[in-house]
Amino acid sequence: MALVLEGITKRFPGGVLANDDVSLSVAPGEVVALLGENGAGKSTLMNILYGLYSADKGKIVIDGEEMSLGSSADAIAAGIGMVHQHFMLVPVFTVTENVVLGQEPTGFGGMIDRDAARATVMNISERYNLRVDPDALIENISVGVQQRVEIIKVLDREAQFVVFDEPTAVLTPQEVEEFFGIVEGLKADGKGIVFITHKLGEAIRVADRIVVMRGGKVVGEALPAETTQQDLANLMVGRSVDLTVTKATASPGELVLEVRDLVVLDSRNVKAVDGVSFDVHAGEIVGIAGVQGNGQTELIEGITGLRPVMSGSVRLGHTDITDANPRDLHQLGVSHIPEDRQESGLVLDFSVVENMILDSYYEQPFSRGVVMDWGATREMAKDLVKQYDVRTPGIDVPVSTLSGGNQQKVIVAREFAREVELVIAAQPTRGIDVGSIEYIHSQIVAKRDAGAAVLVVSSELDEVRALADRIIVLFHGKVAGEFAPDAEVTDIGLAMLGSAP
Amino acid sequence: MTDTRAPESEATPPPERSPLMDRATGIGTSVARSLLLPTLAVVTALIIGAFIIAFSDIEILRLLFDDPGAAFGQMVAEVSAAYRALFRGSVGSVNALSESLFAATPLILAGLGVALGFRAGLFNIGAQGQMLMGGLAATYVGIYVSLPGIVHIPLTLLAGLAGGMIWGGLAGLLKARTGAHEVITTIMGNFIAVFFMQWILTTPGLQDPGRNNPVSAELAETARLPRLFGADYRVTIGLLIAIAFVFVVHWLLYRSSIGFEFRAVGSNPSAGRYAGMNVAVVVTLAMALAGGLAGMAGANQVMGLEPYKASPALAGAVGFDAITVALLGRSNPIGVLWASLLFGALAAGGREMQGAAQVPIDLVVVLQALIVIFVAAPGMIRTIYRVKGPDEKPTQLTTGWGS
Repeated sequence: MALVLEGITKRFPGGVLANDDVSLSVAPGEVVALLGENGAGKSTLMNILYGLYSADKGKIVIDGEEMSLGSSADAIAAGIGMVHQHFMLVPVFTVTENVVLGQEPTGFGGMIDRDAARATVMNISERYNLRVDPDALIENISVGVQQRVEIIKVLDREAQFVVFDEPTAVLTPQEVEEFFGIVEGLKADGKGIVFITHKLGEAIRVADRIVVMRGGKVVGEALPAETTQQDLANLMVGRSVDLTVTKATASPGELVLEVRDLVVLDSRNVKAVDGVSFDVHAGEIVGIAGVQGNGQTELIEGITGLRPVMSGSVRLGHTDITDANPRDLHQLGVSHIPEDRQESGLVLDFSVVENMILDSYYEQPFSRGVVMDWGATREMAKDLVKQYDVRTPGIDVPVSTLSGGNQQKVIVAREFAREVELVIAAQPTRGIDVGSIEYIHSQIVAKRDAGAAVLVVSSELDEVRALADRIIVLFHGKVAGEFAPDAEVTDIGLAMLGSAP
Repeated sequence: MTDTRAPESEATPPPERSPLMDRATGIGTSVARSLLLPTLAVVTALIIGAFIIAFSDIEILRLLFDDPGAAFGQMVAEVSAAYRALFRGSVGSVNALSESLFAATPLILAGLGVALGFRAGLFNIGAQGQMLMGGLAATYVGIYVSLPGIVHIPLTLLAGLAGGMIWGGLAGLLKARTGAHEVITTIMGNFIAVFFMQWILTTPGLQDPGRNNPVSAELAETARLPRLFGADYRVTIGLLIAIAFVFVVHWLLYRSSIGFEFRAVGSNPSAGRYAGMNVAVVVTLAMALAGGLAGMAGANQVMGLEPYKASPALAGAVGFDAITVALLGRSNPIGVLWASLLFGALAAGGREMQGAAQVPIDLVVVLQALIVIFVAAPGMIRTIYRVKGPDEKPTQLTTGWGS
């Protein structure tokens, strides 16, 4: 019983060819990694498989029988399960309630048979070694465990083929290891698995076969034993890429950012940043490494005035900027690339022009008094689009129509176009294509070489190691160690897990 | 660094635009395109309205069984009589035009207020209450201040602006300070305003001498809005003031940094905060300005129509129609102007239709409702007329890193 996608073609209204004659097969007990950049068409293909989009051409065949999947219900009935990157769970429901949601076992008078539901969850949990507490509330369990709940949900619906969409993006390194164990278990049980990823190492590590997509087409297939990360990267991007960042040795100058004993609470009023101190000098890049959720978000929000500081101090040169507001920081020469470009970095309904002046619209030459000067603004935006290689059909289109990488370039252009003393870049390349990553990295290094102090936060250790001149590891809101970029990965990894080096 | 060219593989399907809050920067928007759907919506509403007229006469329905041909003929006659009357009563004569414009005047101002709120992400249901408070403030100044008309009229209008600003700004302040949702506070504000009016208009000094019910004394002659085309036609210079404010609001939203803040915070408050905007100030100011515009509509209702007295009913249904008009005009000031003119014409034409063709004026309300439904659900119109609209993005559950 194999799953075969044959000649799938999907054109979106507006002419974008998202899938162009794509064929893919998964056998029971096989793990296929679907590798590709943003916009390569991986998610479109999987959404077609899951019945969310309809293909213009091509067919889906399961066990020799052509399927017509008009909805996700059809796909589930056909034995296809999907674990989405963003979990579809009800936070205030228990694990059991979430698993049976939509197909609750009922007893007398339509009452939900909680014991039967619980037994189902326990049963699957034991069989596949998916450890969960069936009575815990979703909001109280970690992301890794939530993912297990999603997997149990899929298995409860008797999926024979399971699609994982970027499953490791939200996991800690240990959770990733456990996840790979789960995948092995599913494989041993004869499930066919599609593993969507952009992480080359993981594809090699977990897959039996790697399928690479680019520009809506399958551009290559490889066996993990016979390929290298560099080969896969070249295939994915379609040219030879530089996986390292080229930069000269840093020559740190005077002290620019001084953070002392900073304490910041998260939205649940728990100390997310707990007495953090560090310095960033002019002309150096300091990288903050750590597993996501160890206080990085709150640290940056505390420094940039988006979240109140409980205690401690932040100084910019000789100025105390503890709890300064974002506008003051902007005027003091601080650039901030926020962690989530769509949530706070951009107004998605606004045009490229409007987003280019989002935090400087009140300054000359963009406005005089309260009167906007769109003429001058548009000239500036045109220049920046050219200078920062933003691929856009025009400067008046809503920024939401741009790809993630180009949206990020709009932010980088806006934040880097002026002379600044301090650059704060949080997750500067999250979720964007390799070409844009290379470009943004080069811009960050250029800022450093122009004499700015740079603070980079990333949950990708590779990125921090490539960019930073000094690495600070955060664990549970505290500094767990400071490293040179050429330090052993295992040492940094240990610090990220909270074990003292 | 090496070559930074990325492959052209960035395939993001264009997102669906929100039909209600569709964005129009005024920078290079296609007018024809934005007028197409509303026009089709009006046409469709009129067609459905024709069926309602045809099938709501019991005599014709009886005839339908005996003599379908004759019944059909009568239906056509009745519908055409009704729509001719609607046309005649709205644009068929100078007086009809005057009546249409007269009805449109307060709608424009109050509709601008609601639209401004929408742009700043605020759902202002309180135009009704803001009109009352603006009307009340205007009444005070209109009765008690004694000045030549050239000063008195602007001053009275400004009082209306101020009254509405205070009432709207209060809701904004409550939202900014405590997070109280403006839908709740503005609805409650409407009730408070009505009952406040009922009381204060019975107090001596404000109440019309010799009356028991809450009606104010007459405004001074100098505070009354002069009629635009002579004493025979009711439309006043209030219309010109309202149209001027269409351009003021358009300028404010798209040409000033205040409007930039309104629109940024309205669309994405956390981006506004990140960009250093003071969200609390923006919310309060936007609600105050929205209230001020509605307040001027209220002032217009005492300054611009006989008997130049305030009552708790001075806003009529204008405050609520303003919401409809703002939606129909897609929160765009120019759109609000057109929508108000349309609604004004329907109101004036509806009276003629009732008088001349014995079709109840309620049909006008049905037509208005149909128009709004079709504008709010553009998919229906696109399906009926096979208009290619902005590309709609299908439901997508898988997003993020994986393309």
